[in-house]
Amino acid sequence: MVQKISHGDTENAEILNKNLRVSVTPWLTRILFWILPLSFLVVLFFFPLSKILALTFNLQTLTLGNLQSAFHVLLFTFYQAVLSTVLTLLLGLPSAYLFARFDFRGKSLLRALTAVPFMLPTVVVAAGFNALLGPRGLIHALFPLSSFNFIGTLTAILIAHVFYNTTIIIRVVGNALSSLDPKFESAARSLGADSIRVWWNVVLPLLRPSLLASSMLVFLFDFTSFGVILLLGGSKFSTLEVEIYLRVLKLPNLSLAALLSVIQLLCTLVFSIFYTRLVSRSTTQLAPRSTLVKPKGLKQKLFVAVLAFLLSSFFLAPLSALPFRSLFRLEADRGQRGEVQYGFTTDYYSELFINRRGSVFYVPPIQATLNSLGYAGATVILSLILGFPAAFALAKPTHLEKVLDPLIMLPLGSSAVMLGLGFIITYGKWLTLPFLVPFAHTLVALPFVIRTLQPAIASIPERLRQAASSLGASPLEVWKNIDLPILRRATLAAATFAFTISLGEFGATLLISRPEYPTIPIAIERFLSQPGGLNYGQAMAMATLLMLLTLISILLIEKFRLPNSGEF
Amino acid sequence: MLEVHHIFKTYEGKPLLNDISFQVNTGETICLLGASGSGKSTLLRIIAGLEDSDAGFISFNNIDLTSTPPHLRDFGLVFQDYALFPHLNVNDNVAFGLKMRRMEQDKILQRVASSLEMVNLQGFEKRKVTDLSGGEQQRVALARALATRPRLLMFDEPLGALDRALREDLLNELRGILHRTEIPAIYVTHDQEEAFTLADRVLILHDSVILRDGTPADVCANPESAFVAKFLGLGNVIDGEVVSGKWKVETEHSVFTVNCSHKHSKGEKVHLLARPLPAEKEANVIQGIVADIIFQQDRFKVIFDNGLYVTLEEAPKLGQKISVKVKVECLA
Repeated sequence: MVQKISHGDTENAEILNKNLRVSVTPWLTRILFWILPLSFLVVLFFFPLSKILALTFNLQTLTLGNLQSAFHVLLFTFYQAVLSTVLTLLLGLPSAYLFARFDFRGKSLLRALTAVPFMLPTVVVAAGFNALLGPRGLIHALFPLSSFNFIGTLTAILIAHVFYNTTIIIRVVGNALSSLDPKFESAARSLGADSIRVWWNVVLPLLRPSLLASSMLVFLFDFTSFGVILLLGGSKFSTLEVEIYLRVLKLPNLSLAALLSVIQLLCTLVFSIFYTRLVSRSTTQLAPRSTLVKPKGLKQKLFVAVLAFLLSSFFLAPLSALPFRSLFRLEADRGQRGEVQYGFTTDYYSELFINRRGSVFYVPPIQATLNSLGYAGATVILSLILGFPAAFALAKPTHLEKVLDPLIMLPLGSSAVMLGLGFIITYGKWLTLPFLVPFAHTLVALPFVIRTLQPAIASIPERLRQAASSLGASPLEVWKNIDLPILRRATLAAATFAFTISLGEFGATLLISRPEYPTIPIAIERFLSQPGGLNYGQAMAMATLLMLLTLISILLIEKFRLPNSGEF
Repeated sequence: MLEVHHIFKTYEGKPLLNDISFQVNTGETICLLGASGSGKSTLLRIIAGLEDSDAGFISFNNIDLTSTPPHLRDFGLVFQDYALFPHLNVNDNVAFGLKMRRMEQDKILQRVASSLEMVNLQGFEKRKVTDLSGGEQQRVALARALATRPRLLMFDEPLGALDRALREDLLNELRGILHRTEIPAIYVTHDQEEAFTLADRVLILHDSVILRDGTPADVCANPESAFVAKFLGLGNVIDGEVVSGKWKVETEHSVFTVNCSHKHSKGEKVHLLARPLPAEKEANVIQGIVADIIFQQDRFKVIFDNGLYVTLEEAPKLGQKISVKVKVECLA
């Protein structure tokens, strides 16, 4: 008898067995894993969402007037997002090339610098640009004759968007470019193509997937931008987000707000689907070795020097103008003491601790910091309690998890302002209670927390546990010595994420927070909108504090995250 | 002494392990050799207690281990992907099993040092395991398994992820360590060279049964089945039919005369093994037109147009018709 080796069957059997072991996990424990996170989402997201939908799809809402204004808002939202994306590409592409191909001193520092804005709260960025280019900013103080307007213009919005999102282009396109095998270019050159034709016919087509994907992502962020537009442009620039905010708080028309937020949600969903498709297609040939070179020749040296200088000043200027402006009086500031002062001062900080009559708040401004810290702490605890079971279930997915995963991530696709709107429509009568704010923050933070924990949990291979038990560790000791220490770092990273998100959250908080419980971003917004040098200075001081807190958090997250855990 | 008694295991109704029994004696190294997916890793996990069998049991020194959880079996296990704990440094990885056994701190330090010395990694204690090369990681994994001085060591394709040169070095070191420590060992691999280098005894697992159990020399001399001969690459396996007594076998190539201790009857289908080395005293001849020649260090593998091959000391010309006297034996 001729024997046939049947690798396939038995191999499949072994794989099947592994899957089998997972799916045998009783349904009951699966349900226990999901009961908390799901009920949270149902009560605070899906139920409010259904209220918004109900408000949208009725005849009183779908009037010609409402639809017309919605269309105009949508058009402008598109317009500014497209413009912003194009400008971001203009700065991002040369920068991606710079980082992917050249080795120069201070490179990693510059790269880190370009990534900082992405994590910063919008109020900090807005305050930074205000400190640099605003009517009371550094440039105005240095060149008093210049009469240009920055705050309140489309330019301000566009520049802030470029400031935020250039890092996406640098990362995505830069990674693709640096993993592109330079042999393709050499081959094209040896076939007679000049350097322009090499780029046009070889490099760009190969980069296309990553170009499209990164542009889509930038567009998505610009499309849903809120804080930057409201604080730098003003409410006259009515994008979907700003208009929703206006229709809730300033010129109440809740049904128009609902209509706008449904349009917004649909748009982001469509864009996200596009983006996911683009990402799944973006694969490029890996370079076998490093393609980095030191700049050679005048042309390259000039390119590297000029671009590095441009980038570092563009990213450093607003970030350093902010703390500077919080410590220096630049204008004839007739403060409460009635005397005119210039120069170094710590007044803006000490003033934060004083509850002045007639000031913006009913409480000393530093109370906003305490509120923020309290909310952030609550958000951390809540999002970990909800995130852990969900992440555990998602780490070993069954059919159930494949369905639930996108549902869990859905709040990420809806805007913060929309979350706020949902809260107001559904739980309006409880808005006086301060604990609604951390609930909203948890909704925003939960997807990030889950996405940080899940790969860490999944990355503990069964083999590690088996190795530990073959070395004599009891199940309890395995959990104590293997699972727990590996998870500790991810937990810290997730907690810091939630903390940072809560500290900087602006959109939802603006809609639902009570005047007597302001958070840092709300306080900054109110200080900025008030006249008087002291208010302005306090905005700067608070924004500086927030920036410092956020920077510390970024450093902590980088420290805790496992080197090869997933990105977003 | 480890004894494996009548182990059965099925997946989705298909047998993966069908009545597997064998034993590992004190100081003995056995190699479980089989194609990937033949169930050899599963067998290892069953012995380690990480997986349950459908029937049968494992015993050590005549004590049934069925109700003994894996962490109390005192069997060391080395994985192909090393399974080093990423959050612990080299020292803490190697010390892990000792800590689980509540050993005193200074004794642990000594034992870690001597284990690292055994695998030639002196002074690596403070290194991060994630910074080590593949070979170094596997040495740490080996040191970690050795440190507890387990009563049995098991290896699941431990060198599979390493490149060839490194594999040979580690294999020779492992051979030395197993001899010196006299810990009985089960080594699972699909690589016959590894198996023959290490094993006192080779067990070939195929179609859910142990097809052959013997010393490497014995198995090579008497493969006893077409699969074993093919799997070990011992020569040309030819299908034939017995045409007359004592024993003429007709094949598509020619009629061979074989000495055979089996009892065959006329018309019976048999498998023959034609060894590739020329043997002047033999009566059987294989022949053909040279279709390809492959250089092999000290010889040439000469492949005929009919698919048969021989290994010769001097290369013939392509297209030349040659015939070579070889040993042909019956595989039953």
